[in-house]
Amino acid sequence: MTAPGSTLLEVEELTVRFPTADGVVQAVTNVSFSLRRGETLGIVGESGSGKSVTNLAIIGLLNRKRAEITGKVVFEGTDLLALKPDELSAVRGRDIAMIFQDPFASLHPMYRVGDQIAEAVLAHEKTSKGKAQQRAVELLGRVGIPNAAQRAKDYPHQFSGGMRQRAMIAMALVHNPDVLIADEPTTALDVTVQAQILELIQTVKAEFDIGVILVTHDLGVVEETADSVMVMYAGSVMEYGSAAEVFGLPQHPYSWGLLDSMPSIDRRLETLMPIEGSPPSLISPPPGCPFHPRCRYRFEPCSSVRPPLEAPPGGHLDACHLPSERKQALGRSRSVEHFGARA
Amino acid sequence: MALYIARRLIWTLVVVLAVLGLTFVVFYLLPAGDPALRFAGRSPTPETLAEIRHRLGLDHPWWYQFGRYSWHFFAGDQYGWPGLGYSYSGGFSVMSQITTRAPRTLFLIMGAAIIWLTLGVTIGVISAVKRRSWIDRAAMGFALFGLSAPVFWLGLMALFIFWRELGLPFDTGYEPLSAGVWNWSRHLILPWCVLALLYAGIYARVTRNSLLETLGEDYIRTARAKGLSERSVILKHGLRASLTPIVTMFGLDIALLVGGAVITESVFNLQGLGWLAIDSALGQDLPVVLGVTMLTAVAVAVMNLIVDIAYAFLDPRVRTQ
Amino acid sequence: MSAAEPLVEIRHLVKRFPVKQGVFARTAGEVHAVEDVNLTIRRGETLGIVGESGCGKSTTARLILRLLDPTSGTITFDGRDITKLSQRELRPLRREMQMIFQDPYSSLNPRKTIGQIIGGPFAIHNMKQGAKTRVKELLEVVGLNPEHYNRYPHEFSGGQRQRIGVARALALNPRMIVCDEPVSALDVSIQAQILNLLRRLQSDFNLTYVFISHDLSVIRQIADRVAVMYIGRVVELGDAEAIYSHPRHPYTAALLSAVPKASADGGRRIVLGGDVPSPVDPPPACVFHPRCIRFKSGHCDVEEPAMTVRGDGQQVACHYPLERWPMTAEEMRR
Repeated sequence: MTAPGSTLLEVEELTVRFPTADGVVQAVTNVSFSLRRGETLGIVGESGSGKSVTNLAIIGLLNRKRAEITGKVVFEGTDLLALKPDELSAVRGRDIAMIFQDPFASLHPMYRVGDQIAEAVLAHEKTSKGKAQQRAVELLGRVGIPNAAQRAKDYPHQFSGGMRQRAMIAMALVHNPDVLIADEPTTALDVTVQAQILELIQTVKAEFDIGVILVTHDLGVVEETADSVMVMYAGSVMEYGSAAEVFGLPQHPYSWGLLDSMPSIDRRLETLMPIEGSPPSLISPPPGCPFHPRCRYRFEPCSSVRPPLEAPPGGHLDACHLPSERKQALGRSRSVEHFGARA
Repeated sequence: MALYIARRLIWTLVVVLAVLGLTFVVFYLLPAGDPALRFAGRSPTPETLAEIRHRLGLDHPWWYQFGRYSWHFFAGDQYGWPGLGYSYSGGFSVMSQITTRAPRTLFLIMGAAIIWLTLGVTIGVISAVKRRSWIDRAAMGFALFGLSAPVFWLGLMALFIFWRELGLPFDTGYEPLSAGVWNWSRHLILPWCVLALLYAGIYARVTRNSLLETLGEDYIRTARAKGLSERSVILKHGLRASLTPIVTMFGLDIALLVGGAVITESVFNLQGLGWLAIDSALGQDLPVVLGVTMLTAVAVAVMNLIVDIAYAFLDPRVRTQ
Repeated sequence: MSAAEPLVEIRHLVKRFPVKQGVFARTAGEVHAVEDVNLTIRRGETLGIVGESGCGKSTTARLILRLLDPTSGTITFDGRDITKLSQRELRPLRREMQMIFQDPYSSLNPRKTIGQIIGGPFAIHNMKQGAKTRVKELLEVVGLNPEHYNRYPHEFSGGQRQRIGVARALALNPRMIVCDEPVSALDVSIQAQILNLLRRLQSDFNLTYVFISHDLSVIRQIADRVAVMYIGRVVELGDAEAIYSHPRHPYTAALLSAVPKASADGGRRIVLGGDVPSPVDPPPACVFHPRCIRFKSGHCDVEEPAMTVRGDGQQVACHYPLERWPMTAEEMRR
């Protein structure tokens, strides 16, 4: 792993609320993190954790009339949230690009793949259609699609799942963005194809010298590819640190719960240890720590006082009231060994 | 693609033959009593009846009759192509009547179609984009009005307001193009608007719903993520994918209007095909009714074919089926 | 577990779906969904069927339950040949074999209360008496509040809906339940709840499971034996622990090494080239040969490998099964 470079993105106290007829949905609450060039940030969470909404807010895909967004998203010195919609359009797709979960649904079924990529070129660059299409073919080749010139004329339904995701990645790279946000890029793919795509994302990160935000619910993916990890639950950050820190000594009961409940491929366990209960409603979140109703280690302050995101001495950021010695003891037994990219 | 079209073409032919057969059964075989009577119009003389019987080949078995009818239909008879016989009450050939009337109906439909498509789709798009705003509600209210207001009432109101009260030269009747573009179009402007209003309402609603559904798709999100202008997202990505139901409806609407714009034609005295159908039905002039029926049926079959081909252009997934 | 008698025997099962093309919808080709599958499901065990999209695992499940008619082959349930039985004759058998589906959101009728959904099987088999009590019992068994039987599916979370599906499957005391990706649509923390539930039910009610999944980690937690499928064929079959600790077929090896995780186990990842080929036009001879790292030209593309039973009971369909796991570099021929 290369040493991380300059800071590309700083998110400060990002909060997103959706007023609805049933009440205000607190989708994201006070999320802060940063991303540097060459870094892969893995954002882990289950449904309702706010991981996708966070990224949609960053890239400006949330409807400002329906969502109340506060906080700051500083990208290369500019607060993106303060920009006007057309200024934000200029950034989106050019400096910050995003790929999504289902590559089949994410490509327009009626236009050729090459044309859709060329369209991305023309969205931010004044050039000829021919040149844009050339660039599309070039990028398709770079993401590993054989016969790129021929395949560019195909329609999305003629591509396989893995190839479609590659095409999406090519489309994202058209303007050499600084940040690539990948929202569950491999969830909808077969496992052998997943491996290919993850490898591709890592290669692309190095070749194009970018920062990657990888959103997933799969801890295995994060273990393998991330430099830093942020664990989210019910719209808030539960734990945040470098991958070495978070996997070497996880500090939050939710992270422990995730690690305990994940079916392991390494050995068959007598019983699996799920996290009891269900994810909370985001409309009226419980007071105090959002995780406390399901937490095995909850005690007095958890139901009334929201734990701040703080680092215990010698540790990384977490939002939990437990004393640090307790965290260390409980975390040590869940430590993931030998993590990191494969040889 | 060519295979797709060939497939559809063959099916169209099959459909036309089926309609031919069905029509034949309905008009020739089913009616009880002497078919010649039915073809003779009002108060025929015995000589006419005998002649009709001979001409209709009623002395021959039914399959011979069907064969002859089909043959005439496809190959023409002494009155031209397709051979639809002649009217017994008027003595004129059916084809000549149709050729006189058809242009009026076709011009009416074409003009109205252009208006209703443009108006309907535009309103639908605006409504979808400005969903739940006052523009949306007003537009849908207008659509409801267009849908519900009876055509004859609209027609009469239009004539009353624009022709009678305001004195504009949009009167009833019809003048062919040879009389000059202005003279031709001034008879058609009100019928165009009236007919278009009805369909514009429907199309606005369908467009709105179809587009709203499309805008929820993932590829729209991708288009926005690329940084495309909102206009491009809505029109190039959104509308294109929403067109299928509109194309389907359009094909059928046009086809049915060929023999069916009866009320409009009556109110504005255009004497087109719809008028011809009613008039001959009331006069029990079977050959003419038969002729218009066949024509409408063929129009529907052909429009379906065109719609199917249009699908293939619109949606590439259909081509590789 | 002692050698249990077979509950289900599948021999030479084939299912092909026609592909219609051309002007008159002539059958232009066939989807070889399931090709010559031989499986035995023993009483009380969990047979895991694992594979990627298009491998035929879901089709196989539906064939076992006779929700589809096989193109050829035989299916025996409890000693009785059910391959050619009519739907009417199958009806009483349906009480013995049930299914749990993947998507908890679309597999429950949103217009019925969960009481009606779980009680549905009773109505179908004319057992309405005492159904309500039984429904409440079932709700408790799966960990839901029995007083909620008048609620509608949308009032429950994904995990709870899946429990409802399980309750429905249990209604008639079946002997076998086919679970088609039952946890794939659930959050990780909930998956474990459902897996625990399924395991407990198996021991409480002496159930036999056929568990289908694309997730190897999940299969490891629940399956006693595993069948690995690729384009309609079973390529490896045997004891689960044996397969996970030492896969023999190169495809199984690739699957295992593809799972993203931290520790490298000292081996290199096998990244398969290309995509899964279409089951309409499968490669000749060994269907895996175009992507196989152990491919030997002249052999693997000419002769289809038969399923061989090894000394330890494991079955592999491969000319060059792996001798060591993890593989060394020399073993990866390509």
